[in-house]
Amino acid sequence: MEWKLELILFVLLSVMAVFSAIMMVTRRSPINSAIFLIINFFASAGIYLLLQAQFIAVIQVLVYMGAIMVLVIFVIMLLNLQDESKLSEQFSYKKLTSLLLSVLLFCLLGFSVFFGFSGKFTSISGEAEKLGTAESLGKELVLAYSVPFEIAGLLLLAAVVGAVVLAKKSFD
Amino acid sequence: MPEWLIELLITFAKIAVVHGVLLTAVAYTVYLERRVSAFIQNRIGPNRVGPEGLLQPLADVIKLLMKEDIVPERANRFVHALAPGISIIVALSTIAVVPFGDTIELFGRQIKLQIADVNVGILYIFALLSLGVYGITLSGWASNSKYSLLGGLRSSAQMISYELSMGLSVIGVIIISGTLQLDEIVYAQYGWKWNIILQPVGFIIFLVASFAETNRLPFDLPEAEQELVGGYHTEYSSMKFALFFLAEYAAIIVSSAVIATLYLGGWQFPYLQDFGLPQIVTSILQVLTFSVKVVALVFFFIWIRWTIPRFRYDQLMDLGWKVMLPIALANLLVTALVVLLLK
Repeated sequence: MEWKLELILFVLLSVMAVFSAIMMVTRRSPINSAIFLIINFFASAGIYLLLQAQFIAVIQVLVYMGAIMVLVIFVIMLLNLQDESKLSEQFSYKKLTSLLLSVLLFCLLGFSVFFGFSGKFTSISGEAEKLGTAESLGKELVLAYSVPFEIAGLLLLAAVVGAVVLAKKSFD
Repeated sequence: MPEWLIELLITFAKIAVVHGVLLTAVAYTVYLERRVSAFIQNRIGPNRVGPEGLLQPLADVIKLLMKEDIVPERANRFVHALAPGISIIVALSTIAVVPFGDTIELFGRQIKLQIADVNVGILYIFALLSLGVYGITLSGWASNSKYSLLGGLRSSAQMISYELSMGLSVIGVIIISGTLQLDEIVYAQYGWKWNIILQPVGFIIFLVASFAETNRLPFDLPEAEQELVGGYHTEYSSMKFALFFLAEYAAIIVSSAVIATLYLGGWQFPYLQDFGLPQIVTSILQVLTFSVKVVALVFFFIWIRWTIPRFRYDQLMDLGWKVMLPIALANLLVTALVVLLLK
């Protein structure tokens, strides 16, 4: 029963994710793109939840949907992009490069899925279930990976200080 | 009936009961606000519909449903309709992780008085809280009106700023109880050990930030009437406006419930479990205790609104970033040190 429910949810969420991703790329209005990107993040948070990674799922919602996308929408609203409909339709090297790169990425992903997939879905084991909780993640972060964790913290601090320096026009 | 079906039915029953109570409470919070504000301003308030005006909320709902729904001509219709939906969904789903009582025994079955016992309960609340910004920001943008846009921009800046100190003040509670699960946090507040006593500074910061997050006075700049007409919901009418209204009051009740759970012992009545009462009586008393705490906090929200004037925008930002954030950080540091030393 539970496995079936999970499968239904997985199909629903994946369809939602793929659909919103396509819509996000094809929309003209930046705010509509942003809304579809938010839906996409929501769907991936749901998929994380299906994989028993509760912490990652909530952080996905909290950081990407709650903070980063709010900033994106904020910027779109402040800049009030009027000329999105006038974007050029002509051929450019930029477009050609991006097309080539996306084809390459698609091949890479398709390749790894095609050859990496063992042919059957495995259900999540008890050990993996415990791994997704905040407790085990926290323990791993501060015990086994304390040095990378601290370095990441320092990097973020440097970024914050840099942002303050850039934003402040003059020091009195 | 198979076991999973019974579980499913129990969950649906819990959802129905909790949201039924919540929506009724929202209607009566509006009534309470009007009566309390009238009392504070030495007026009478609504007292005509039903005894003491108790049917006023019903009349209001009928009035709002019958009104014409007006959408501005140049508004983005889809987003304009989406925004109130986001607001109300966020406000109503937060209640899912709040425990309103201990386990209760009904028909020989242990039923937990909480819709969803999420492992990362506090983070779930914060995640939904951060989504609440979208309802207001998008409504401001989609209305295509300068007042709405200003209200939307103000609210997103305000909510992002106050979310920080709110999150930092909660970490103190998490350190003390050692869990992110809300029911475990309530269990940890047994007897006199309510978090308001262990974390007084954190409590005040969380309370002030809750006022800012629910856009209530003295932090109601997103809808400051004197400057912005009505703020983000200027261009809304009929039931869409009512949804924003519902969301605002639901947010007040849910915030009160979260504050009660995190700092005021949740459903714990000091030493009630030791009185030796029958289990069912204890459970009912616990739910009552929780309700009393929530109602008291809702009353406090209303009381503050009609007592304190609004901040200026720069004062609001200064308070958030230069006062509350440092205090919250200091509180976190002291709490962590004390917990480490006492271990």
